[in-house]
Amino acid sequence: MRAPTAPLLYLVLPLCLIFPTIRAGGQEPPYLVTYSDVLEEPGNLEVATQNLYSAPKDANPFYAQTVEFEYGATAWWTTEVYLQGQVTDRDSSIFTGFRFENRFRPLRRTYWVNPVVYVEYEDVSSADKSFLEITGNHVIQDQQVANALLRKDVERSMEGKLILSSYVKGFNFSENMISEKNVASNEPWEFGYSVGVSRPLANGANPHHCIFCRQYFSAGGELFGGLGTRYTFGLSGTSQYAGPTVSFSAPRNITVLVGPEFGLNANSAKVLWRLKAAYEFNQFRDLFRRSR
Amino acid sequence: MKTRRLLGAGFALLSAALLMGADGAWLDRISPRDHARVNPLIRDAQVKHDAVGAGAQVYRAECAKCHGEDGRGLHGRPAVISRRVSLASDGDLFWLMNNGVPWKGMPPWMMLPEKERWQLVTYLRSLNETPLAAADGNASPSQLKGASR
Repeated sequence: MRAPTAPLLYLVLPLCLIFPTIRAGGQEPPYLVTYSDVLEEPGNLEVATQNLYSAPKDANPFYAQTVEFEYGATAWWTTEVYLQGQVTDRDSSIFTGFRFENRFRPLRRTYWVNPVVYVEYEDVSSADKSFLEITGNHVIQDQQVANALLRKDVERSMEGKLILSSYVKGFNFSENMISEKNVASNEPWEFGYSVGVSRPLANGANPHHCIFCRQYFSAGGELFGGLGTRYTFGLSGTSQYAGPTVSFSAPRNITVLVGPEFGLNANSAKVLWRLKAAYEFNQFRDLFRRSR
Repeated sequence: MKTRRLLGAGFALLSAALLMGADGAWLDRISPRDHARVNPLIRDAQVKHDAVGAGAQVYRAECAKCHGEDGRGLHGRPAVISRRVSLASDGDLFWLMNNGVPWKGMPPWMMLPEKERWQLVTYLRSLNETPLAAADGNASPSQLKGASR
């Protein structure tokens, strides 16, 4: 039986229709997995859909979608909810779970290295194929198992990340160190990492109004993967990916990121094709205020 | 009912904290070296003219949502046409863009390329030239802190 269309698409389509009618903006490093020190602007709500397609060897091709709602509570605190689902060819389409994350900037000014603390609770089944991060001994061969079996195994985890970000000569360098603990079982702590480097394609803005100026494009690269568990720490028995990314931040607050991520070892899929589209609602909280 | 009241009070406190306008305390944190930094885009008239135009584009895309298209601030957020901004040096404004005042609601803008940040400084300066053209750009931080919004 062929898989039906992902139900989450129906949530996203109406948002796509209203994209062109509202103003928006925002420049973030073009990362799909790595976090930088850039938080959501206070009062802004970003709605994003991250789409991933892959056809791993010896497993059915799959499409995973993650819908993100990111809100800037303050200039030092961003909170976000993810809803995730996937469609596997010759299998089924299912909702795989949700994540609730918070990012905090602890320091009052910008330094050479800028830390951000990330705390997340996730309630996600093993059928999740979003690849938002890789921790523990995650291998692509796990995806060979049918959704009906995988969805029964739900992981309720607390995850922490230390995000470090620097700016050198126009380049952004970001490093994430990830640790995760399934709080619903006695599984050991799992670890992962992600690093990214990126740069806007233009040094300065164009004095004339334009839509496809270089200033709205950024390019970069990412490397991420698992680091095993407390007992199996290391790169062996985990999947590792690397790939380029390009983003276009349109002056009307639409951001599109695209990037293939290539598997670096036998535990990885050959390629993960990723496309992310985001729309930022400027000063969302002002909708609830009357005064100027 | 009690929970709703508690939530309401929490939200009100949070909003009040967020809306505490810029009080100029950030000026105390600027080192003399940063205060004295010179805008590299004002040495040539044509370059400065282009920088004002480019800064206006950046302002509209990134800043107007809080500070207003007209620069007078929205919903209690600080105006960028003000005595404080006109008295601040270019170095002060550049420092503000690099560091922000996160505890008061202003995020840092280091993700913008350096030239773009200077273009923004040039635009802010041009916005403030008319009402206070004679302002002393080398005023001390304590003088600026006392300046009204």
